[in-house]
Amino acid sequence: MRRGTARLDLWTIGSLLMTAVILMPVVAVIALALFPTENIWPHLIDTVLPGYIRTTVLLMAGVCAGTFVIGTGTAWLVTTCNFPGRKVFEWALLIPLAMPAYVIAYIYTDLLEFAGPVQAMLRDIFGWTTPHDYWFPDIRTLGGATSMMILVLYPYVYLLSRAAFLEQSVAVLEAARTLGCTPWQSFMRVGLPLARPSIVVGLTLALMEALNDFGTVDYFAVRTLTAGIFNVWLHMRNLGGGAQVAVVLLIFVIAIILVERAARRRKSYHNTGTRNTPLVRIRLRGWHAWGAAVACALPFALGFLIPATQLAFYAVANFEASWNAGFATYARNSLVLSGSAALAAVSLGLFLAYAARLGRGPVLTACLRMVSLGYAVPGAVLAVGILYPFGMFDNALDAWMRSTFGISTGLLLSGTMFILLYAYVVRFLALSYGTMEAGLTRVKPTLDDAARTLGRSPIGVLRHVHIPILRGSLLTAAILVFVDSMKELPATLLLRPFNFDTLATHVYQFAKDEQIERAALGALFIVLVGLIPTILLSRAITQGKETPTT
Amino acid sequence: MVPHFRTLGIAAATCATLAVGSAVAQAQGAVQGQGEVNVYTDRQPFLIDPLLEAFTAETGTKVNVVYAKSGIEERLKAEGRNSPADVVMTVDVGRLVNMKDEGLTQAVSSDTLTANIPAEFRGSEGHWFGQTFRARPLAVHKERVDASKLTSYLDLANPEWKGRICIRPGDNDYNLGLIASVIAHEGEAKAKEWLQGVKANLARKPQGNDRAQAKAVFEGECDIAIINTYYVGAMMDNPEQRPWAEAVKLVFPDQDSHGAHINVSGAVVTKHAPNRAEAVKLLEFLTSNKAQEMYAKGNTEYPVKPGVERAELVKSWGEPKFDAASLEAVAKHKSAALRLVNEVAFNDGP
Repeated sequence: MRRGTARLDLWTIGSLLMTAVILMPVVAVIALALFPTENIWPHLIDTVLPGYIRTTVLLMAGVCAGTFVIGTGTAWLVTTCNFPGRKVFEWALLIPLAMPAYVIAYIYTDLLEFAGPVQAMLRDIFGWTTPHDYWFPDIRTLGGATSMMILVLYPYVYLLSRAAFLEQSVAVLEAARTLGCTPWQSFMRVGLPLARPSIVVGLTLALMEALNDFGTVDYFAVRTLTAGIFNVWLHMRNLGGGAQVAVVLLIFVIAIILVERAARRRKSYHNTGTRNTPLVRIRLRGWHAWGAAVACALPFALGFLIPATQLAFYAVANFEASWNAGFATYARNSLVLSGSAALAAVSLGLFLAYAARLGRGPVLTACLRMVSLGYAVPGAVLAVGILYPFGMFDNALDAWMRSTFGISTGLLLSGTMFILLYAYVVRFLALSYGTMEAGLTRVKPTLDDAARTLGRSPIGVLRHVHIPILRGSLLTAAILVFVDSMKELPATLLLRPFNFDTLATHVYQFAKDEQIERAALGALFIVLVGLIPTILLSRAITQGKETPTT
Repeated sequence: MVPHFRTLGIAAATCATLAVGSAVAQAQGAVQGQGEVNVYTDRQPFLIDPLLEAFTAETGTKVNVVYAKSGIEERLKAEGRNSPADVVMTVDVGRLVNMKDEGLTQAVSSDTLTANIPAEFRGSEGHWFGQTFRARPLAVHKERVDASKLTSYLDLANPEWKGRICIRPGDNDYNLGLIASVIAHEGEAKAKEWLQGVKANLARKPQGNDRAQAKAVFEGECDIAIINTYYVGAMMDNPEQRPWAEAVKLVFPDQDSHGAHINVSGAVVTKHAPNRAEAVKLLEFLTSNKAQEMYAKGNTEYPVKPGVERAELVKSWGEPKFDAASLEAVAKHKSAALRLVNEVAFNDGP
């Protein structure tokens, strides 16, 4: 098999075309940045920009550290050790993923603010009365926003590193143990380095998600670059200026992507072992066992159990005001859209990641690196980048049809479910592409070569070699895209057809006014609908690994 | 694994077909149906849906809605002459005037609208029409604040209020409107000095919505909040929040000069409206006694139509003087207001 040569075949042309289609909205945003109504930079640099950048960097550093420690730590524990509750934690640790960040931000604010039950209890116990009597951490701060994001974003790192740990050859770990490594040493010296590509992908995803967030930082009045985009765009009515700030944000993302590549380039790890037997987990005893259980219970409790319980209380108390006959329709809309988006993004992600593996020249490789960009752009900005190209296409087609055939096609795609589906795929392709690419790097290239030597075409290799090996990564990608699509809000709000609601938009009408009590029932629906496939798929991933297939 | 993959493929195809099929059906239903009108709005469904249902009940005209957040103007521009939207309903005079300036609206001349809406609540060339207005008075603690010392928004900058004011972030539409009105009356230099003074008097970093400010007064974090009037109505209707509203008293400033700051909610007919006649009918309906009363009671806003009965709560605030004359000037200074917010780093708090 020849590598690194530019050849025009299905993979090259197909992936270049798809990359172009996927990058269209980002290109549109960059194009908008060329036409500001006035130059906002002197003002921004003199005033808020340094603060925006500092806040953004600190938020990213915090989210990176927090999701890394929680994500890899818990993934290693449930994969390689045995302790009370391990089987439950295996899937339970994923569940916070289904919680929209802004929802838990509302809930923790209610719980932790001055009037909330926690501070009220402390005042009762210690006899304090006013806020000046004592110090309590303020949740509506950068630290608060970072914590909220860590709680719902660590599952990316967890999921990806767990998939990597599971795909690691059992032989390597057993060798480490035989050589006298303690569990901690085998984690640091074998597990982490081998899983590095996947962990880095998980971290990148968490960081990009943190960058595109607007709901949480806005609620906490934490001003990141995203706030800058919206202020210039909406309040100064300077779309071009807002797009320019978005380009600064993109530079951040490109920096992350480059760091990710650099981290991976230095070393590449492939599984060389051929045994695929179940790993014998180390049985933890005594305080080790309970320590592991607590370490896994904490993120689950903070990221899901506590907020979900609070949501349930709100939902019961406000049931009559919040029950809506439309819930079935909203749920169906959410499911159809998210399911389609997951399938489309997984197929596309697999195609592109495999094309990148085939290595057909530097241009293609460079292009493929950029397909993740859409994920880091705030949804509303991405939506604007989608509106313009689709509007141009629809109007051009309409004009041509009118002049040629005398028929008006109107807006063929704008304002339809199709544009929503497209938006979801553009937003969330990074999730499936990253997962798939990380999965593929762990497969030794000699395996491809062997299969090709035996007469398989590239597609045959993909079908008969990679897809079976990558089952875990494929399912992981599908979960991630599905759950994120269930939560998707800003692009849906702007692009949706008439009279069309998803669960997320339904919840938003109350959440917008900070009435989380009335939004609670719908929010629980999102979590539940996202939960079931998450648990099923999580079990499928484990089962696929634990019962060796023939 | 391979058959499994095929099943996934079939499922994908089915989903895609369903999605595209229903989308096409919806799009066609929305645009081509007879006796329909299409609305884009960033207002809240709980408020707007009952009004639109009443319109349909009265006229038989079906209303299709997209409830969006930010970017309605961009969607109109991108959709161009084929845009299905007939009417945009939004809040903030700045947005309404801007939509006209960006060429997204068309002039409407309707005797009903002219008769129902006083001149200061609609665009002079018939491009935008107010439906309600909302005041932004001070909400002060009933006991801890001597309201006689707060006769003007400018008093908020007096050092005696240090550590006692709560407000939502400065880059919020409502605050930008208020700051723009101070710019309109006092000029930019004085407005900046004032804003710095207010910032120095804040009890905490600006955060939360208007409701959260009243709550903070109730809890003792601060004594003075700046809130839109309808939030008081919303809190009174909620048993848990009622004490927050009852802890404060509204002070309408600048009664001896231009009056308390107000902003409007309003609507425009889009430039390429395919159902122009129905759009005008909808706007006329929204200024009818029936719709104006629904606005007045449903969201305790001030109806623009003179003589329409206000909600009991609103009546209890008396007949303050409102600054309707400077609405368009407020729209003009909105961008300058944001610059001031940035220049004094208002959102960093005290």
